[in-house]
Amino acid sequence: MTFEDLHLGSIVVSTVRNAPVLIFAAMAGLFAERSGVIDIGLEGKILASAFVSAAVAFTTQNPWYGILAGMAVSIALATLQGYVAVTQKGNQLVAGIAINIAMSGLTFVVAQYFFQQGGRTPDLGEARLPYVTLPGSEAVADVPVLGWIWTQLLGGHSVLVYAAFALVPLVHWVLYHTRFGLRLRACGENPHAADAAGVSVERTRYVAMLIAGFLCSFSGAYLAIVQSGFFLRDMSAGMGYLALTAMVFGNWRPFFTFLGCLMFGFFTAVQIQLEGVDLPVVGRIPGALIQMVPYVVTVIVLAGLMAKSVAPKAIGVPFVKSR
Amino acid sequence: MTTNDMPRWATSIVLPLLNLLSALLVAALVIYLLGEDPVESMQILINSAIVNPEGLSYTLFYASTFVFTGLAVSIAMQAGLFNIGAEGQMYIGGLGLTWAMIAFDASLPWFVLIPVGMVGAALFGALWAFIPGYLQAKRGSHIVVTTIMFNFIAAQLMNFIIVKYLIPQGEQNTASRVFSDAAALPPLNAWFPALGDTPLNISFFLAIIALVIYGVFVSRSSWGYKLRATGMNKHAAHYAGVKISAMIIATMLISGALAGLGAVNSIMGSTHYLSLNFTAGAGFVGIAIALMGRQHPVGIFLSAVLFGALIQGGFDLSLEKPNIPVETFIFIQGLIILFCGAMEYLYAPALIKLIKGKKA
Repeated sequence: MTFEDLHLGSIVVSTVRNAPVLIFAAMAGLFAERSGVIDIGLEGKILASAFVSAAVAFTTQNPWYGILAGMAVSIALATLQGYVAVTQKGNQLVAGIAINIAMSGLTFVVAQYFFQQGGRTPDLGEARLPYVTLPGSEAVADVPVLGWIWTQLLGGHSVLVYAAFALVPLVHWVLYHTRFGLRLRACGENPHAADAAGVSVERTRYVAMLIAGFLCSFSGAYLAIVQSGFFLRDMSAGMGYLALTAMVFGNWRPFFTFLGCLMFGFFTAVQIQLEGVDLPVVGRIPGALIQMVPYVVTVIVLAGLMAKSVAPKAIGVPFVKSR
Repeated sequence: MTTNDMPRWATSIVLPLLNLLSALLVAALVIYLLGEDPVESMQILINSAIVNPEGLSYTLFYASTFVFTGLAVSIAMQAGLFNIGAEGQMYIGGLGLTWAMIAFDASLPWFVLIPVGMVGAALFGALWAFIPGYLQAKRGSHIVVTTIMFNFIAAQLMNFIIVKYLIPQGEQNTASRVFSDAAALPPLNAWFPALGDTPLNISFFLAIIALVIYGVFVSRSSWGYKLRATGMNKHAAHYAGVKISAMIIATMLISGALAGLGAVNSIMGSTHYLSLNFTAGAGFVGIAIALMGRQHPVGIFLSAVLFGALIQGGFDLSLEKPNIPVETFIFIQGLIILFCGAMEYLYAPALIKLIKGKKA
């Protein structure tokens, strides 16, 4: 492969395909964190739902059952986090890390038990989600530029990709234009004021965690059922943390968070494209160094923006009702 | 009566034991669901990790590494910092040690070489922790996320360095060359033949010395007082004249150095070369140990031995029971972090009732 093979077009398409994992997780994190609960456990929920959805989709040969099963597991884990944060008033960071570590071990053990393939599930084959072909694709396929936009950029993705992009305005609407969204944000900024106004902080945070679990499950399902077509040990590879960083980048606002997800999707796309390419001047960059890119970008984003970004004020603080 | 005025024996002994028991019960349930007998598994585990002297020796060997990573996480926790990066810091510490060995193992005698290796490991570990510490102190970047990112970066960086620079010519194994005999830590079986042919070495005593120094510094020195004040209420500490950002950076340097020292036992005490992923999760075990041992030196020691036993016994168990691979213990680790760290007061209300009832 040479430098000329680096197509901008395929980087753009692959950005669109990488982003949904991050978008679902980041939107999940938005609900949790705007309600005042830190969600470091996104990583573990992605991994757990990825495994369960791949395993169930393979066993039933139906991707939708897989998605449903992944949803159940992710919601269960989010409820556990909610229980620690709300009822136990425990350390939310520790709970998230515990879930991430536990799931890293458990998914391997269970995958090994059922499939005996070194912590991998068999290839899903037909049990993957179909790709959407937009109407008129054949007619425009040969038209330059327009054909590419219609068949590859806009069309030809799984239904979950469209769902991810449609989710962003929906989340914006829920957070900023509904009564529930207002209450949710109040719980994250000033839970005592919310409490005084008659909002149940505890119930709101539980509901926020349920939504977070629900949304995060799609991230894992997308990773396993759509992107890879199998489950692989530790396949989430830090996606949950990238989603969290996208949220910091986006100042805990849906549209800017979405831009952060696109940015990370872009860097991942570039990383995949750069692998094994002879670049001018520097030559071939070793794969190990290229794989560092998203993580280094995360650190730089956090170093550059954390001071300026405004986290929800009551984030991570257990709510103790004042008497 | 709140958790604050519970008797000390209840908060520091009974609660952690109940939490540990809960984690093990959940683990037993999972083992049962995997179609294996939890009681029989437990017997195999205890037999191979504690009853058998050679197994016990391996248990203590693993524990010597875990004491260092546990201390690394603990000292950061004392300052209110959650250092998830001990894994990466230990890995990079291994690089510092290897660098020192490759440079000097032919020229220096063992009593100079071993301290030089330790300094190399501590320096590199500290350096790797410095950046997240600095970013937290000066830029407000969340230390949890940056240290996790530094784990990922360390893994890729080491992969690159080992493959590109450390594999000797003509070798396939992703590892550095073997160090000279002068770089080997003296094993304990020279004095206690009953231990058998195991890698347990003087780093066990180094670990105990480190625990004592940690205990004295944290709870008996004025620096330790500032450290704990920072962890309990950094605004109050700042008001009292503690420089918070300097405190954060200093604590992370010490934490990283301790994590780096964890590499000494693993490399100079056993394999005598640097290999890919030699840390094998010891840094993450450190998190569980710090939470379970409640950052107290005695607690850290006991937790480190428990985890040493889980790793050693778990390895033998995985050979006998293919349905219980060693990864099961990563799951158990997560459970212990959950019960001992996130839900540490789960049983407090019931316990308070019990104590009150007795007194009344």
